[in-house]
Amino acid sequence: MKIIETRDLTRRFGELLAVNRLSLTIDEGEIFGLLGPNGAGKTTTIKILTTLLPPTSGQAMVAGFDVRHQAARVRKMIGYVPQLISADGTLTGYENLMIFARLYDVPRQEREERVRQALRYMGLEEVADKLVRHYSGGMIRRLEIAQSMLHHPRVLFLDEPTIGLDPAARRTVWEHIINLRQQFGTTIFLTTHLMDEADELCSRVAIMHLGQMAALGSPQELKTAVGRGEEVTLDDVFIHYTGNELDNGGNFRDISRTRRVARRLG
Amino acid sequence: MKFFRSLFQQIYSFSNKTLVLAELEMRKLRHDPTELLTRAVQPALWLLVFGQVFTRVRAIPTGNLPYLDFMTPGILAQSVLFIAIFYGISIIWEKDLGVVHKFLVSPTPRAALVLGKALSAGVRGLAQGLIVVVIALLLGVHLNFNLLSLLGVALAVVLGSALFSTFSLIIACIVKTRERFMGLGQVLTMPLFFASNAIYPISIMPSWLQVVSHLNPLTYEVDILRQLMLVGGTGTYQIGFDLGVLAAITIILVLIGAVMYPKVI
Ligand SMILES: Nc1ncnc2c1ncn2[C@@H]1O[C@H](COP(=O)(O)OP(=O)(O)OP(=O)(O)O)[C@@H](O)[C@H]1O
Ligand SMILES: [Mg+2]
Repeated sequence: MKIIETRDLTRRFGELLAVNRLSLTIDEGEIFGLLGPNGAGKTTTIKILTTLLPPTSGQAMVAGFDVRHQAARVRKMIGYVPQLISADGTLTGYENLMIFARLYDVPRQEREERVRQALRYMGLEEVADKLVRHYSGGMIRRLEIAQSMLHHPRVLFLDEPTIGLDPAARRTVWEHIINLRQQFGTTIFLTTHLMDEADELCSRVAIMHLGQMAALGSPQELKTAVGRGEEVTLDDVFIHYTGNELDNGGNFRDISRTRRVARRLG
Repeated sequence: MKFFRSLFQQIYSFSNKTLVLAELEMRKLRHDPTELLTRAVQPALWLLVFGQVFTRVRAIPTGNLPYLDFMTPGILAQSVLFIAIFYGISIIWEKDLGVVHKFLVSPTPRAALVLGKALSAGVRGLAQGLIVVVIALLLGVHLNFNLLSLLGVALAVVLGSALFSTFSLIIACIVKTRERFMGLGQVLTMPLFFASNAIYPISIMPSWLQVVSHLNPLTYEVDILRQLMLVGGTGTYQIGFDLGVLAAITIILVLIGAVMYPKVI
């Protein structure tokens, strides 16, 4: 069984086709990267797969359940870290985790241990009882990933997990993502703007452009296909498929959102 | 048997998740209680200035209660109303971050999320109510400290907060931006306050306003408070009826809220 499967997945916002007939299959245990310029439809795709938005047409199955008709079942199977900040700054790290342990039906006897374990795993033990408001961007991201993993989901959705982080914090997050997959066999679906991130982490990537899938394959396959014998980077591949040299993607709304996140995290 | 066990489990899980959200609000208040103090200013002014002046004027018929006593339950209800009616802005704030998204992706029934928010507002309302009670005591209002009455007061405050905060949540889900929400909130609070029995009895209103007041849930909240909080307090309806009205409206609003909440994103 494929862990994620979409067929002609489409989402409109009025006239705008944010996601246009996207068909994808993802194997269990993959780290899958969705790339694309601002406004390509990456977040919208994640929102559909995590049951936040109903598709306008087409179908999506996650862990064997239909996102539209079996949303409650899907929700039990997945974890999600939104593009925007989602930890509560007015609570401590420990409290942030405890809430989600309860919302995710982690049995009472196991909660304390799971939360402690998650804090240890993400290297947040020392700051567990500090208000999240005082955390650094990297610590917040790690906390959010910890929150999304408490119930050991089969699929983890990470929307731009390293946006606004400095290179060192970015590397730490990468290590944790790779660890999660090794230790729990979690399938990871992430979006990113960083080609080196995709290159480093992903077994396969899809490049999205204007709501449609422009390319799909392992980073190496894509490079080979675009390079035709020459040595190219994933950046070149990205530009090849999106024609993005001229900075044509993304309206004010997209950019202002991205900047806002970067500022809060930074 | 199996059916009942699974039903029981679902009810347990539903209430557990609802309570998590309310508990979360309590923790927030504990981390930062300064906000409570700033909120004490407005009811204090109403009681001190408006209350004292109108006690002298004797312009409003309040039976054998001093006017200050008469208006105390109304001011309590009003200050709880103000907090509740602006509570929806926190939903917009949480939506502009990713907090709502994460709640919605968790396997929590929408109604539990909304009811949890409503109870959170109830927690805030109780804290506010306590402050008004302290101010009233300092001003020499004759309060009734019968334990059962106190429980009834607490229940009315929680219900009133839940009702108006859920109303506020629904509006927030419709207007979606902070600016529009603040504007609307300000437009709504004054009519809700003045078209009620909070600071004068309904009997002295013109008849069209009497009709509006009877449709205003705040009237029923104040009716409970006025009967339970004061020594010698009287009301219009049976307390059971008042509570029933508040509870019924709250349930309807929570059900509507459960449909609206996922649309906020
Ligand atoms: N709720 C909405 N209402 C109307 N339009 C929307 C809504 N959400 C997204 N859009 C539009 O849909 C398109 C795709 O947006 P989406 O957020 O999926 O892009 P993205 O690939 O995640 O971009 P970014 O890299 O900036 O995060 C954009 O043009 C965006 O403005
Ligand atoms: Mg996005």
